[in-house]
Amino acid sequence: MLGKSITFTSGKGGVGKTTATANIGTALATLGKKVVCIDADIGLRNLDVVLGLENRIVYDLVDVVEGRCRLRQAMIRHKRLPELFLIPAAQTRDKTAVSPSDMVRVCDKLRDEHDFILIDSPAGIERGFRNAIAPADEVVIITNPEISAVRDADRIIGLVEAEEKETPTLIINRLNTSMVQRGDMIAAEDVLELLAIKLIGVVPEDESVLVSTNRGSPIALEEKSKAGQAFRNIASRLTGEDVPFLELDGDSGFLGRISKIIRSGGA
Amino acid sequence: MFRSRRKSAPKAKERLKLVLIHDRAKLPPGVMADLKDELIEVISRHIEVNKDAVSIEIAQEGREQRLIADIPLQPPRHRRR
Repeated sequence: MLGKSITFTSGKGGVGKTTATANIGTALATLGKKVVCIDADIGLRNLDVVLGLENRIVYDLVDVVEGRCRLRQAMIRHKRLPELFLIPAAQTRDKTAVSPSDMVRVCDKLRDEHDFILIDSPAGIERGFRNAIAPADEVVIITNPEISAVRDADRIIGLVEAEEKETPTLIINRLNTSMVQRGDMIAAEDVLELLAIKLIGVVPEDESVLVSTNRGSPIALEEKSKAGQAFRNIASRLTGEDVPFLELDGDSGFLGRISKIIRSGGA
Repeated sequence: MFRSRRKSAPKAKERLKLVLIHDRAKLPPGVMADLKDELIEVISRHIEVNKDAVSIEIAQEGREQRLIADIPLQPPRHRRR
């Protein structure tokens, strides 16, 4: 087995990198894949809480890199998904504790026994970001449909291409369909047109994402959630499956359609 | 009900488009203006151009960019001999 490493990054903070990493990792594991998620945000550990594994941490990424434990000892197994692991970030150190070549070395070891290595990048374009993309076979950019997030995404695309990596792919997170319909949020197609990279998913804004994070149980495990479905679809696409994009009409019922017709002035 | 209020998404897209053009080209809007003036100056040494109608912009095609200058010449009857 030669696992694939995928880094999730965004430039801007708060767009949902950690949520996406946790949910896509979870979804890949439910598809039967062997997955390791690495929190590369040294000093600001968070992937552990989103995955609900915060109480089981003994060792972290910096312990591995500095030889205080074996790689296996820092890998926390998920409670419900035995093929999903987390390597947490250190909380008491900073980004300089790990180098890009350390990351490459850790990922190379993990490739032998796992299908996917998902790396949650910190925000920004400095050391932590460099660490996160160094081992990436594939880079996925998370953005929100707003000016600052898309602008940062564009910068990141440029930086990834400058590293002579493959052109990144895109996830548009937190799309509010009713705002798009009202003409007050940039539509997914417009973001895509401006960034001009391949889209692998659109995740609708969904209150239940926060609810599931509160509980420490990723939304990807919830059958009925649209956001959960979006993350599951992304996971399937990452395995090479061709999954059609969700119809994100938001209010897809009768009333929704009627009000859409009224708004567009007939048609 | 909210008909009179202008939608903000088209404005956001337009602003974003311009910001991205200048970010990608690493060419701030002010430098574009200088570039235009210098271009007019150089070309005017050889042929008379209609300075007011010159337009220079960066066009996008996917992630490719090109600088497009549209430089109308003065009509022949106005040209110096």
